[in-house]
Amino acid sequence: MKLPTRRPAWSAHAALIPMGTTVLVAYIAGILWTVRISFTSSKMLPKSDWVGLKQYEVLFASDRWATDMVNVALFGVTFITGAMVLGFLLAVFIDQKVRFEGVFRTLYLFSYSLSFVATGVIWQWMFNPTLGIQQSLRSWGWENARFDWITSQDMAIYCVVIAVLWHSAGLVMAILLAGLRGVDEEIAKAAQIEGIPRWRYYLSIVLPQMGASLGTCLVLLAVAVIKVFDAVVAMTNGGPGDATDVPTKFIMDNLFERQNIGLASAASTTMLITVLIIIAPLMYARSRSEKNA
Amino acid sequence: MSTDIPSMLSPRPSVQWFTPGRIGIYVFLISAALFFLLPLYVMGVTSIKPMVEIREGNIFQFPLAMTFEPWAQAWSSACTGLQCNGISVGFINSVQILLPSLVLSIFLGSINGYALAFWKVRWGHWAFSVLMLGAFIPYQVMMYPLVRMFAWADIFQSITNIVLVHTIFGMPIMTLLFKNYYGGLPPELFKAARIDGGGFWRIYFQLMVPMSLPIFVVATIMQTTGIWNDFILGLIFAGREHYPMTVQLNNIINSTQGEKIYNVNMAATLLTSLVPLAVYFVSGRWFVRGIAAGAVKG
Repeated sequence: MKLPTRRPAWSAHAALIPMGTTVLVAYIAGILWTVRISFTSSKMLPKSDWVGLKQYEVLFASDRWATDMVNVALFGVTFITGAMVLGFLLAVFIDQKVRFEGVFRTLYLFSYSLSFVATGVIWQWMFNPTLGIQQSLRSWGWENARFDWITSQDMAIYCVVIAVLWHSAGLVMAILLAGLRGVDEEIAKAAQIEGIPRWRYYLSIVLPQMGASLGTCLVLLAVAVIKVFDAVVAMTNGGPGDATDVPTKFIMDNLFERQNIGLASAASTTMLITVLIIIAPLMYARSRSEKNA
Repeated sequence: MSTDIPSMLSPRPSVQWFTPGRIGIYVFLISAALFFLLPLYVMGVTSIKPMVEIREGNIFQFPLAMTFEPWAQAWSSACTGLQCNGISVGFINSVQILLPSLVLSIFLGSINGYALAFWKVRWGHWAFSVLMLGAFIPYQVMMYPLVRMFAWADIFQSITNIVLVHTIFGMPIMTLLFKNYYGGLPPELFKAARIDGGGFWRIYFQLMVPMSLPIFVVATIMQTTGIWNDFILGLIFAGREHYPMTVQLNNIINSTQGEKIYNVNMAATLLTSLVPLAVYFVSGRWFVRGIAAGAVKG
């Protein structure tokens, strides 16, 4: 007897048409088109000429692009490190059988529900060099207190880091707490009997067991770094100077304000290649672990 | 999930109180809570202070003469450039964008997930792999071609446009969410329904949808906060007439001329944040479940 599942399920094909169309038109054609434009001399409107790698030469000779790459790297390293450390500490401390655990968890995660625009605006106000934290410090007696990072070429990027940390550290806490709850409690008891200090237990025994949760956090945070845009626009708009400018903003400015589509596409393609280099090994590792499972 | 409540309420006699270690734990937890809460508090008090107090005082200080005028101004008369209609315009736009985007993106996500999990459509899995890769790619990479395509279709910068864009960029996570959920159901269920003669749509509507209501709730929570909080897509694809609340907020904050009206700015920020905050505090653990579900495979 022929099983009914063997019947050609034309309605299943039909149901997947929207997805197929989205993938083909928005993702594949969209990406290829951008790559193609990056080899043209397009300014305000797309042209179909061929100028080879000229846009890329302009891009890599551009001071602003170089600054943006340094900024996003600096932002990425400090933000990811900060979020992982803070999130891990929060998860470990919450896991100490504390009272009001639910309250703490709720408080640590609410900022994650806010938009990056709101986050940027809130912290722009906190960091306001005349009326913000600096003035509070002065009114409390530190008359010469200075806290004007947001107007400083060197420190402004860390203002963005703090704001985004505030937004996303709770996410790491939530994921790692779930991971911690999966660690066998017997091991904790054994470690206690052996007289191993708590911090040692977490660093040497628990942490190595949480590879999957840590990996998930890393991926989510890395995606946030690559996509960072709203928070910068709302908080500093890239300034002072180019101190907090990022590649995504470089692309948006060249696309919609400077009418330099060719250069913007070269920058987009460069970002695309960077992302693929970062995530290709991840996808490969994942597909292998799936096959083994 | 159900273990959370008893573990929160039941006393734990084995834990000793008032040891230096325990006190240290609470000091850390409370300091961290202050780090998360203080900005919200500062925003709240700033939004109900008269400008005189803001200019002279301390951002942490509670207002001496409380006023709700800034909230009224933020809602109905704050200026974005030349127009002074407040952020209420953005609120209405955001609702108009949110509702159809929610329905379309969740409906398509659930169909995709269902078709991929149970029906052997080989090209579907290829398309799904590309879609998953797409989740990592910054919007900027596809942005200009999309602008041209929508302009060609003559819907650029309309509600339809922004709804389609939210559906396109929400598709990877929505499809993943439902595919994982349906993939976790026992396959016998589907086989039995097939042997009973159920077709694609009948099984979907009569069996799968009723069984997957929890994941629909999770999807709704994720998409509501995600779409409401979107800035960049609304900025480019919604058009000036339909700017969502986040774009309006940014315009109010960063393009006002003359003196900055901080209390109105803070009230506008709070107003913009009310919907996601309400979703967060009402949904509670469901919100966390969304994070976990989205994080399963990244």
